[in-house]
Order: sequence, then C-alpha cells, then structure tokens
Amino acid sequence: MIPAAFEYARAGSVQEASELLAKFGEDAKVLAGGHSLIPLMRLRLAQPSALVDINNVKELSYIARENGKLRIGALTRHVELHNSSEVKQNLPILAEVASEVGDNQVRNMGTIGGVVAHADSAGDYPTLCVMLDAEIVTNKRRIPAREFFQDLFTTPLENDELVCEIVFPAESGPHKYIKFRRRLFDWAIVAAAAQKTDQGWRIGLTNVGPTPVRATAVEQALAQGASPTDAAEHASDGLSPSGDIRATPEYKKHLARVLTRRAIEQSQ
Amino acid sequence: MSVTQLVGAKIHRREDPRLVSGHGRYTDDLTRSGLVHAVFVRSPYAHARIKSIDVTDATKAPGVVAVLTARDFEGVILGPMGAAPGLAPDKKVPERFPLAKDEVHYQGDPVAMVVAETKAQAADAAQLIEVDYEQLPAVSDLEAALQPGSAKARSELPDNVCWDLTLVPWDATNDAFGKAEVVVKERIYQQRLAPVPMETRAVMAEWARFDGQLTVWMSTQNPHLIRLPMALTLGLGEHKVRVISHDVGGGFGSKIDPYPEDFLVAAAAKKLDRPVKWNETRTESMQNAYAGRGQYYDVEVAAKKDGTLLGMRVTQTLDVGGYAMGFCTFMVIALIVSGGAYKWPAISARSIGLFTNKVPTDAYRGAGRPEATHLVERMMDKLAAEIEMDPAELRRKNFVQPGEFPFTQNFGFVIDSGDYDKALTKAMELAGYQDLRERQAQLRSQGRYLGIGLSTWIELCGFGPAAAMAPATGGLGLTESSQIRFHPTGSVNVYVGTHSHGQGHDTTFSQIVADQLGVPYESVELHHGDTAEGPGFGFGTYGSRSLAVGGMAIYMSCQKIVEKAKKVAAHVLEAAEEDIVFDQGRFYVKGSPDKSKVMGEIAFASFGPLPPGLEQGLEATSYFDPPNLVWPFGTHLCVVEVDPDTGHVDIQKYVAVDDCGVIINPMIVDGQLHGGVAQAIGQALYEEMVYDDSGQLKSATFLDYAMPSANEIPEMVLDKTVTPSPTNAMGVKGIGEAGTIAASAAIINAICDALRPLGIDHVDMPATPDRLWKQIQEARSKAVSSDGSKGGAA
Repeated sequence: MIPAAFEYARAGSVQEASELLAKFGEDAKVLAGGHSLIPLMRLRLAQPSALVDINNVKELSYIARENGKLRIGALTRHVELHNSSEVKQNLPILAEVASEVGDNQVRNMGTIGGVVAHADSAGDYPTLCVMLDAEIVTNKRRIPAREFFQDLFTTPLENDELVCEIVFPAESGPHKYIKFRRRLFDWAIVAAAAQKTDQGWRIGLTNVGPTPVRATAVEQALAQGASPTDAAEHASDGLSPSGDIRATPEYKKHLARVLTRRAIEQSQ
Repeated sequence: MSVTQLVGAKIHRREDPRLVSGHGRYTDDLTRSGLVHAVFVRSPYAHARIKSIDVTDATKAPGVVAVLTARDFEGVILGPMGAAPGLAPDKKVPERFPLAKDEVHYQGDPVAMVVAETKAQAADAAQLIEVDYEQLPAVSDLEAALQPGSAKARSELPDNVCWDLTLVPWDATNDAFGKAEVVVKERIYQQRLAPVPMETRAVMAEWARFDGQLTVWMSTQNPHLIRLPMALTLGLGEHKVRVISHDVGGGFGSKIDPYPEDFLVAAAAKKLDRPVKWNETRTESMQNAYAGRGQYYDVEVAAKKDGTLLGMRVTQTLDVGGYAMGFCTFMVIALIVSGGAYKWPAISARSIGLFTNKVPTDAYRGAGRPEATHLVERMMDKLAAEIEMDPAELRRKNFVQPGEFPFTQNFGFVIDSGDYDKALTKAMELAGYQDLRERQAQLRSQGRYLGIGLSTWIELCGFGPAAAMAPATGGLGLTESSQIRFHPTGSVNVYVGTHSHGQGHDTTFSQIVADQLGVPYESVELHHGDTAEGPGFGFGTYGSRSLAVGGMAIYMSCQKIVEKAKKVAAHVLEAAEEDIVFDQGRFYVKGSPDKSKVMGEIAFASFGPLPPGLEQGLEATSYFDPPNLVWPFGTHLCVVEVDPDTGHVDIQKYVAVDDCGVIINPMIVDGQLHGGVAQAIGQALYEEMVYDDSGQLKSATFLDYAMPSANEIPEMVLDKTVTPSPTNAMGVKGIGEAGTIAASAAIINAICDALRPLGIDHVDMPATPDRLWKQIQEARSKAVSSDGSKGGAA
C-alpha cells in the first residue's frame, strides 16, 4: 500500500522539533528509526498529517554514566547500545536486550527513544524501564517509568513533547533477558527479564498485558527465600493477557512462569 | 576453444550478478511512454451481494483517467475466465467475469478498477469509491462446508460441492480391510499457505491501436499459457498478442494460471488506448494470490502385524475457494501418488472439492505431491509405532524393489526407476541413526524429548506425455519446445518454451548446449519468456518439468544440429558423411583426427556454398513429447528436540539424500533442495493463512504470517544417489519441488517420534509452540487422570 499524503520536515535540534510538532498540530508524528511507524503508515493504519524527522538531532545521541546512573540519549540506536562498552559495564542487561530487538536492519535504524515513545506492549525496553524504575526525560519534564506506560500505545506525551533521554540505574549483577518468539526477528510472544541487585531481584515481563509488568510477587517470593521454580509460579499472578494469532492467554501466562524461572536460573 | 564436460560441473549462475546487484528486469521496473497506473478496489467481505457501486467522487479525483466496473468491460472482455478439465472434468465451474458483477466470493474479490496518472493518485481515488454490499453468510471452515445445512459459498449452487470424484471405489479394499491384523487411521490437515513470492504480481499492457497488437509484460511462469486465454478473452488472434516476461521473482505455482487482474489490465489498455501498469502490494498478495494446499485427508491403512501393507483408503477434501480456477483440480494428483514408495495390494481413493469463501487454491511448490508424501509417511510411522517396528525397517519391507522397475503403481502410472533402499541406507548412515536412537533413549531418561523422523519420498514430475496430459488441459499436450540457431561466427542462441523464474536455466541449459554442440559455454545464450521469440508454443516452468522436458527439447535440437553439421563437415572435409566423427567439438575424418574443424568453423561454412540438397543455416526446432513422467526419490531424515514446557521445536539435524537422476549443476540442485526444505519447514512449523468465521483473513502481513527467515532454517547435510532415468536420453529427472515434497513429513514424524512417550501419536501443521504445548498439556493431564493412582500435580 501507499501511505496517505503527509508533510515532512527535518529538525536540527530538540527545540526545533518541538516547534515543528506544535506547528503541524495533533496529527504530526516524530520520525526516528521509522521501523514501527512506517509499516503502520504503509497499511494506512496510521495517517499522520506530518512527519518531523529527528534523525539529525545529534544532541540526542549519547550514552553517559553519571552518579551511579546510565543516561541514554533517545536517538541511540539498538546496535549502539549492543556494542557500547559503557552499557556492557554499567547495565549489561540493556546491551543484551538491545541485541534481541528485531533483526540487523531494525537494530541499525531503531532507537530506544522510539521504542519507549511508541509504547507497544511487545517492546523490550519498556519492560526494563518499569522493572528498574527508570526515568523518562522529555523536553518538558521527567516522568517515572511506572507513570509513563499508561496503556497500549498510550503515554502522557503531549503533541509537542519528545522523549529525550532515558535514565537507568547502573546494575552489573547477574541478569538475563529471555525473549520467546517464533522467528528470530519477531516481537516477543512473552519475554522475561531478571536482574539481581543489592536490594534483591527485579523481574520484568514483556507482552503479558497492555503495559510492561514488574512481577513484584516473584520478587517478594525470592526475597523470602523461595526457589526459582516456586517463585516463578507467581509470575502469572494478576495477569490477564490478550490472545492473538500467536498465543492464547493461557499459553502466555504459562510462558510467563516458565521464562521467569529460566531467566532467574540462567542469570549471570 | 573446445570444452570438456560442463554437465555435472558446479558453475556459478550467470544470472546472479545482475539479480543480486539490483539489476534484474522485473515487470514493475519497466515503463512506457504515457503510462498510467491501476489500483483495484476489492471486496472487504468474504461473501456479499453487490447492491451498488458509486464511482462519482473517484472519477473526479485528481489524476484519474478512468474508474471501471464490470459493465465498462462489456465488448472488450468477451467472456468469463475459463477452467481446464484438469483431474476432475465434471466439476462445477461457476462463471467468473474478471470484475465481480453481482456477487463477491472471497475477501479481496475485485469489484472496480481505478486508472490514474500516478499510483498514489489511483490509491487515493480508490478510497473514494463507495460500494454498497449486502453481506451474505460465508463459508469459512472446510469441514463445515460439507455439512448439510451449511451456508452456501455460492448463492447459485445447491451446495458447496465442486466435484466428488471416486478414483478407485471402496470395495477395491474390502479384502484388505477384511483380513487386516492392524488398522491405523488419521485425519491429516494441510493448511492453506500463501505462496509469498519475493516479487508480487505485476502486469503492464500496451495496445497498438493501428496494428491491432497487444503487448503484455508480466510476472508469470508461462507466457504462452497466458497468451492463449488472453487472446481468446479479448477477441484477438494469438498472432496479435505478445507476452513478455523478463525476470520473475519467484512463483512457486501461484503464477501459472491467469488472474482477473491480468485480463483487466490488458483490457483497460485496449479500452483507454494508454499503456497501463499494475503492481500488487504485499497485503494484496497475501490476500489474493492463489493459495497453496488447503485440504484434509482421511486415511486408513490396513496391514499385517509383521508390517506387510494390505491396503489404504484415502479421502481428500479439498478447499477450492470462491471460484474454480485454471488447474484447481491438479492437487487430486495427491491421491494418485498416495501409495508413495511402497507396494500396496489395493488403494481406494476419493476426492471431494468444496467451494468456500476464500481466495481460490492452486498449485504451490509440490502441488499435491507434498500432501501425498506427508500422508503416506505419517501413516507408515503410525503403523510402525502401532506394531512396534522400527520405522526404517517397516519402509524397507514394503519398498518397490530395484529389480521391479518399471513398476506400474496402483493408479496405472509407470514408475520409471528407483532404488529407495540405497537412499534410505545412505541417509541413515550420514545421520548416524543407531547413535541417534541411543541418544534418544538417554535423553528420555533425563526427561528430554528427542525425535527422529524419516521421509522416504518419491514423486512424479516432468509434466508430461501429450496423450496423458491432453484430457486434463483441454487438448494441449504439455510437451516442450526449443529452437537453436548458430550465427555465422559461431555463437548460439537458444530459445526454450520453459521460463526460468529462479531455477537457473540460463546457466544449466547453456551447460547442456555447450557440451552437446562442443562450443564454448560463453558462446551460448539462452532466451525464454517472450512469446515473440522461439518456437510456436511453450508450456512454461512448474511441476519440475523444465529439465526433463525443456532440457530434452534442447537436447533434441542439439542432436538435429549435430546431424546437419556432420553433413556440412563432410562437404568441408571432402569426405563421406558416414566417415565423419564428431568428438569434443571437433569434426574430423575417421582416422585423421589432426585434420579437424571446430563447430564454429562448420557454422560459418553452413552459410556458404553447399552441395545440392543441403540447405544453408545451422539451426533446429524441436518439440519433445516425453514418453513418461519421471520419478525422483530420496530419503530425508530430521532430528528434533521438543521443549515440553514451551512447545518449541529445535531442528538439530537435517539430512537429505536425493536422487534426481543425472545432475547438470550440483550447486543449483543443492540450492533447490535448500529452498524446497525451507518451504516445508515453513509449512510444518510456521505458516498458515488464518481466517475468522466470517472469512476475514487475519494473517495479511508478515507480522502474522510467519514465513521463516534464514535464521529459522538449519544447516542441512545434502547427499545424492544417481539413478539415471530411462525415460529420456539425458537420464534426468526434476528436483525443484523435491525438498518441499519430502520435508514436512520428516519434520512432523520427528516431532511425533519425540512426543511418543507422552502418548501423542499425531501432530498437525503448523506445529507452532502454542499448539504443541497445548497438545502436550492435554496428553499429560490425560496420563495423570487415566492412571488413577497418580493423584495430585503432574
């Protein structure tokens, strides 16, 4: 299919991008890697009136360690996260997750900011954000991750607001991200993330609901000394995932438990 | 200079540099002066009556040249699209005009056509067309379609039956089932598959008004088989229609039969007097390309406890779709080879074709032979499990033996050659079968599920002998043609009626010609795909026929040329024709090999003065009518481990030993096997066209239609046996579909073998993780509840 007609502008800075978005109005969208947006446009499931291209906004592309935190610029590509020694040293689970996104082409083009702003329930980074209490920094404010992912494709971002940075805590303890999908480049059917911190385990689940889930029941069970198998039984507590062509809700709940157990057992 | 042996050599394909560097000449790359673009408006409903079509706004949209409905083509398109008799000549063929007039029969059925200056303008205008539909109950489920009281896929018919054909009546197997010591039964599904060629369909047509000539460029597997119906439907002589197909990015059977859009683009070009082009979008292709498979089989096998086969009863229920198109009955051939590599005292077979409100089905890589192999190989494994016999042993016991060829099988077809045990033994050795069984036992004791699956496949291809094929095609013979001509300076043009669309004929056929004529490979140029060139008719590429029939037509022309060349050489060397020797590209008088002329010199001489009775030129035209089909065979062996907690299947080993007779280019044979196996992996584990109850396609993009990528395809160990075919002088068979024919059974057999300890004895395709997990769960809970002593958690 051919996308519906749209206007196009290229921004050179965050300020300019925000002004362009305000100018074009509510139906304008930001274009970064484009690998979620453009397929939607080709099917005419999305028909933005304008695209504001931020690929030249160099100020959004960085990885910086600061005060026990890792600050990632929104325009950082998955491949950069995967290859970064800063990330591998300070938050290796992020490098692992980045290597699991899509395929080579997606990893070369896609950005962490784009995945976060798009808020697809099958996105991988949002799970890490929620699990590790990350902070999403926009051009207007700082939003804790648990308040950012409101619903499927729904965030508090205003029309002229861009994700500029994601701030993670530095954690280099045992960790594992297990992403279960049919084909290597598919979205997760379900994924489980496990990160051991000095304060205990953090467990996150991808695609078991409209937003990422932090499996606090599993974390508590582990804190009380439960085995990974017993703790992982709680992974499906409170979940009512939606079914689709790939998986029934029952299967997703089952995978949540199985993958959580494996993520804990395989963490290193 | 002269050549050594090219046939059998691993020569890199000469097509590849242009194809892999973006320099292919695909139909959508082409343009004509004044070109306009077409977009089709399609029914969103699987079954509906068209109450009205309002094109007012669309006609006024920017850039629009015309908005056309069925009525606008009256007088241009003279009649409905046809269907060949095929293997069920008495089937119902509802009339199909290329644009729906009153009723639509599948989601995607075209109802209107917009032609505009640009593609984007046409797409925008198409959105302005308002069609008022009255939805009708849709037939979405094949099993339900046969039930009394089912909705009707076609309002004008009393029920959904397109054909009901008994090939061999049930009483033929009364004896077998009467004395059976063991009977195994199964219903085996063959889900609908989207053919997913890399290049979607494309058609461009230009009408030369003053010459009354129509030129159609399109992505097709068989330009002549398009030209004929195109000419008839538009009321033109075939001599006034030219179909040109340059590079085609894959077809897999979906580009054999003509489509409504083919006629509509040509008719629009004629009506509007502007060249028109249409390129299918991927979503359109998912929805509208003729679908593969779409059947289920009810099979029963009767045998003795020692494994001797007694008989089989098989009923094929086939999903025709909303229309009976082209060669839709071809898959009845699955019944004809349902006996596989084995001797059966009797087989009863029946085929029922049913209309549904889905896109029509047609040939898809293997076309009936994967279905046949899958069913017979599944039943052999089921039988082996039932009588506790090793599945390889059971097969060996029942194989047609090497000394029994040519072997007339249950449906009267003659299998030309084979050595099934040789391929099986080689495959088992390569795989390390004994070690695998030991490893399987070891892993079972650790609660892990390893499985080994065999598929000792055979197939029939190389369609086909004119006498046998003509009743099915409506009179045309499925022979193949070639024309070869020398130029004075010694280079050669070869024209063939097949049409390579990925098979590498530019390379392989040139290898044959170079060897046969003794000329350098570089001096041979192959042409195909243009009806203006070459012999009067060609039949195209499908059914693994190009080498066995097309290659043989080329071989025949080469023989004629060498025969003529000998006469010219006799004149040049001043000798008698019977004293001329032709060897390694050189002509010489017997006994004087040092005074020779190369073929190139003879070619030049053939245009000069020649003795009376000998005409100038060095060329030939041939039609090859094969005396039989050809019968490749082999053994595939697949090893899987199934993760019972997720249902994930990991293919750990894949071994294939295949026999396609004499090999022209082993690299291309390997490539065909890789691709064929990959497609079978797609069917076995990943792909399915999913429809909801109202006939809406839910799997219309690659997000939901899980065609595997290279990541999902394991390394394969490929080996060969070579049993030359006695059917043709080159001893060749076909291999294009073999991988797909063999592999799905090997994979599913492996999964069933892995899960046997859980009491699972059959698994349907696609064996996706969620389905397999569910089956495992059910088997586990059944095991717990049936063994009353095991209370509590499994």
